[in-house]
Amino acid sequence: MRRREFLKTAAAGAVAAAYIRPVNAQARKDTLLTLSENGPNNIDIMGVGTNRPGYEVSWNTYDRLISYGVKKDENGNDHYDQSKMQGELAEDWNLTDSSVTFHLRKDAKFHDGTPVTANDVKWSFDRAVTVGGVPTFQMKAGSLEKAEQFVVVDDHTFRVDFIRADRLTMPDLAVPVPAVINSGLAKKHATDQDPWAMEWLKNNEAGGGAFKVDKWTPGQEVTYLRYDDWKSGPLPKLQRVIWRVVPSAGNRRALMERGDADISIDLPPKDVAEMAAGGKVAVVGSPIENALQYFDMNVKMAPFDKVKVRQAIAYAIPYQKIMDAAMFGRGKPMFGGPAKVTTTEWPQPSPYTTDLAKAKALLVEAGVGEGFETVLSFDLGAAVINEPLCELTQESLAQIGIKVTLNKVPGANWRAEFAKKTLPFSANVFGGWLDFPEYFFFWNYHGQNSIFNVASYQNPAMDKLIENAKFESDSAKYKQECIDFENLAFNDVPRIPLFQPLLDVAMQKNISGYRYWFTRQLDYRQLEKT
Amino acid sequence: MIVLRRLASALPSIAGVIVVTFLLTRALPGDPAIYFAGPAATEQAIEEIRHKLGFDRSLPVQFVGYLKDLVHGNLGNSLSTGQPVSQELLTRLPASAELTFLALFLSVGIAVPLGIVAATRPGSWVDHTCRIVTTAGVSLPVFFTGLLLIYVFYYLVGWAPAPLGRLDIYNSAPPFRTGFYLIDSFIAGDFETFRAALAQLALPAFSMAIFSLAPLARVTRASMLAALGSDFVRTAKASGLSHSRVVYIYGFRNAVLPVITTLGMVFSFLLGANVLVEKVFAWPGIGSYAIEALIASDYAPVQGFVLIMALLYVLLNLAIDLIYGLVDPRVRFTA
Repeated sequence: MRRREFLKTAAAGAVAAAYIRPVNAQARKDTLLTLSENGPNNIDIMGVGTNRPGYEVSWNTYDRLISYGVKKDENGNDHYDQSKMQGELAEDWNLTDSSVTFHLRKDAKFHDGTPVTANDVKWSFDRAVTVGGVPTFQMKAGSLEKAEQFVVVDDHTFRVDFIRADRLTMPDLAVPVPAVINSGLAKKHATDQDPWAMEWLKNNEAGGGAFKVDKWTPGQEVTYLRYDDWKSGPLPKLQRVIWRVVPSAGNRRALMERGDADISIDLPPKDVAEMAAGGKVAVVGSPIENALQYFDMNVKMAPFDKVKVRQAIAYAIPYQKIMDAAMFGRGKPMFGGPAKVTTTEWPQPSPYTTDLAKAKALLVEAGVGEGFETVLSFDLGAAVINEPLCELTQESLAQIGIKVTLNKVPGANWRAEFAKKTLPFSANVFGGWLDFPEYFFFWNYHGQNSIFNVASYQNPAMDKLIENAKFESDSAKYKQECIDFENLAFNDVPRIPLFQPLLDVAMQKNISGYRYWFTRQLDYRQLEKT
Repeated sequence: MIVLRRLASALPSIAGVIVVTFLLTRALPGDPAIYFAGPAATEQAIEEIRHKLGFDRSLPVQFVGYLKDLVHGNLGNSLSTGQPVSQELLTRLPASAELTFLALFLSVGIAVPLGIVAATRPGSWVDHTCRIVTTAGVSLPVFFTGLLLIYVFYYLVGWAPAPLGRLDIYNSAPPFRTGFYLIDSFIAGDFETFRAALAQLALPAFSMAIFSLAPLARVTRASMLAALGSDFVRTAKASGLSHSRVVYIYGFRNAVLPVITTLGMVFSFLLGANVLVEKVFAWPGIGSYAIEALIASDYAPVQGFVLIMALLYVLLNLAIDLIYGLVDPRVRFTA
C-alpha cells in the first residue's frame, strides 16, 4: 500500500513537473550530445562480431600508428585525404621495398599513465592477425598475415616486414583494426583460455586515444571524457561526449530540430531532405566512398544468362524516379554517363538511362520479346530505401512485359539468402573501407565468386584485368586496366548501378569541424561547439 | 498451503517454457554467425565465429549446456550488446516495471471511477464519454498515441522533456535500491532527480494508460451493471441503505472480481507488449531488448526474456488468486 500512496502523490506532480530545466551553459558548450539508431555491442575493434558503432568507440579511444590528412571535398566539407598519410602514434616512418620502420612518440602514454612502447604495438598487431574473424581478415587485405612480420627494434622503434609488395599495406595500417592496445593492462586480464583478453577488452577500454570511455551502458549510452594528456594530435575542443541511442528516427529528428541534440547520424533520406530544406539544422551529405547501390542479375539463371536481357533491364530501370521518390535526392546518380569510361574513378555513372523502347527492342533481339516472370529480392533491414526502389522498378518493368514479384527478406536472413547465390534478381549495396577500384572489383566482379558477387559473374578476361591491376606498379598501365574492367562491367552488366549512397549527418549550426571518415562513424577529435 | 500448491502446479509450465523457447529460438530463420561476422567476412571468418559461439555443436549438446548454465543462474551472453543476459534483464526489468506500474495506476485511477459512474447512470453523458474513451483507447495504436503526445507536448508546445529514456542527459541515476528511479530518488531525498524521472515517465505512461483504459473501463461498467441489477442490491436499496453504501460496498465489492482478472491480463500485456512505447521513447526496457535480440537472431536474450516473462506470469497469476481469496471468501474454500 505504501507504493500506492507514493505513486498517488507522484502522479499529481507529473503535469506540473514537465518542463525543461535550464542547463549550465558552460557544461553544454564543452559537451556534445550525439544520437544514433544503434549503439556498440563491443568496444574492442578485434572482438567477435563488433558492429559499426563499436568502431566509433575504438576509433576515438585508441590510437593507430598512422592516419590520414584532411582535404576539402567537392562541396567544401572536410574529408579525410587518402593520398596523404600522417603520423598518429608514429612521429615518422621509413618506407622501403621490403619493410617499414616506425618511430613512436616518446611522450605518448595510455589512459592509465603507462608509456606506449613498441611492445604494445607488437602485442596488438599479433593479436589482430591471430584472433581470427574480421580483424585477421582485414589485416590480410594489406598482406599483414604473420606475427613474425612485426618486429620490436627498441622501445620506440617498430618495424613491419613485408611478405609481398602490396599497395594496400600502408593504407591498411590506418584503418580501425590495427589499434594500439595497452598490452600490460590487457595481459593482467588474460587467462589461459583467453590469452588475448577478449572477454575483458569487450567491455573495458585499454587505449591511449584522445577520449576515454567514462561509462558505457549497452543499448543506451556511451559517455566519454577527453584525455588531457593526449599527444598524438591537437587536443580536442570537446571535454565530454554523450552518445545516446534513440531507436526512433522521428525522435532523432525532433531532438535535432528542437535543438536538444547536437549531431545525429542514421536518418532516413526523407527526413534528411526535409531537414536540409527546413534550414533549422545543418546537413552534410558526403558520398560514401567506393559504395554503390545496385541491382544484381544472376548470370547463371535464365533469362539473365543473356547479356541482351541484362542490358534491356538496365534500360528499363526508372532511374530518375528512384532518385526523386525513393531517395529524395540523397544520393549521387550513377547512370546516364558517357558511352565509354575514360577515367579510373569508381563508382562512376554507367552509360544506361531509362529508355523503354530500346529495352523492348533488346528483349526481342534476345528472343524473349513476350516478356517473362522473375522475383526481385531485397533486404527489409533497409526497407526505407529498398521498398520504394523495388516497387518503382517493378512498375517500370511491367511496361516491357516483365512480371516482377517482390521478395522481402528480413534483415537477419539477408546475408545468408544472397550468399546462397540462388536469387535471380536482387537489390543490394556494397561499400569498401579501402577506396581503390580494384578492391571493389575483387569483391564484386572477380571469378573467385566471393559472396558479394551475387550475380555469379565469371569472366576470365575480367579476372585477369583485376589481378593485374591489384599488383601493378606502372601507373599508366594500372589506369588502363581500371578503365578496361570498368568498361567491361558496364557492357556485360551483371550489376546495374543506381546511385552512390550519401553519409548524411545532421548537426546544429554551432558545430564545426565535422570530417568524413571511411568508417562512416563520427570522429569527435575535430568537432567543436561555438 | 494454497501458495505452495499453486507454485507447484506452475513447475511443469516453466519446464515446458524452457524447452520450447530453446527449440523455437533455434528454429528461427537467420544465422547469427553470419549476422555477427559483419558485412565483409569470408566463409572462413563465418565458420570461425560459428565455432566460437558454439553453434556448430548438436542441439542436445547445446541444450544440456544451456540447462547447466541455467542452474547457475547464468542466462548466457547477449551477442548484440555483449553483456550477460541476466545482468541486462535485471537492469532493464525495473525500467519496464516502473513504467508499467505507473501506466496501470493511471489507467485504474481513471477507468474504474469512469466505469462505476457510467454504470450507475446509463445513458447519461458520463456513459457516452466512457464509450468514446474506450473506443478511442482500443482503436489508437499505442505507438501512435506516443508519437502524437511527443509531437504535441515535446515538439510543438515544449512542456515535456526530450524523449531520451529514463532521465535527462544532465541528470545522473539515483543510487540503486529498487531500480525504480522514482522510489530510489525519493529514498535518497534527491527531489531534483525525482522530478526529472517523473517528467520523463509522464508521456510514455499516459500513452500506455490510454491504451489500457479501454478494457478496464468496459469490464468495470459491465460487471457493475450486472451487480447493481441483482437481487441483493435491490434488497439493500429496499432496506434503505444509502446510495454510496449500496454502490460501493455491495455493488462494487461484488463487481470487482472480473475487474481484477482483467487487471492481471492488462498488466501482463503491458509489461510484455510495451515494446513499441519503449522504442518510441528510447526507454531502456526489456521489451525493446528482446525485440532487438530477435532481429539479430541473438538466442540468449530471447530465451532469457521468455523465461523471465513466464516466471512473472506465474507470480502474477498467484498474486491474483490470492487477491481473489481476499475479496471473495468462497474462493478460499473451493480451492
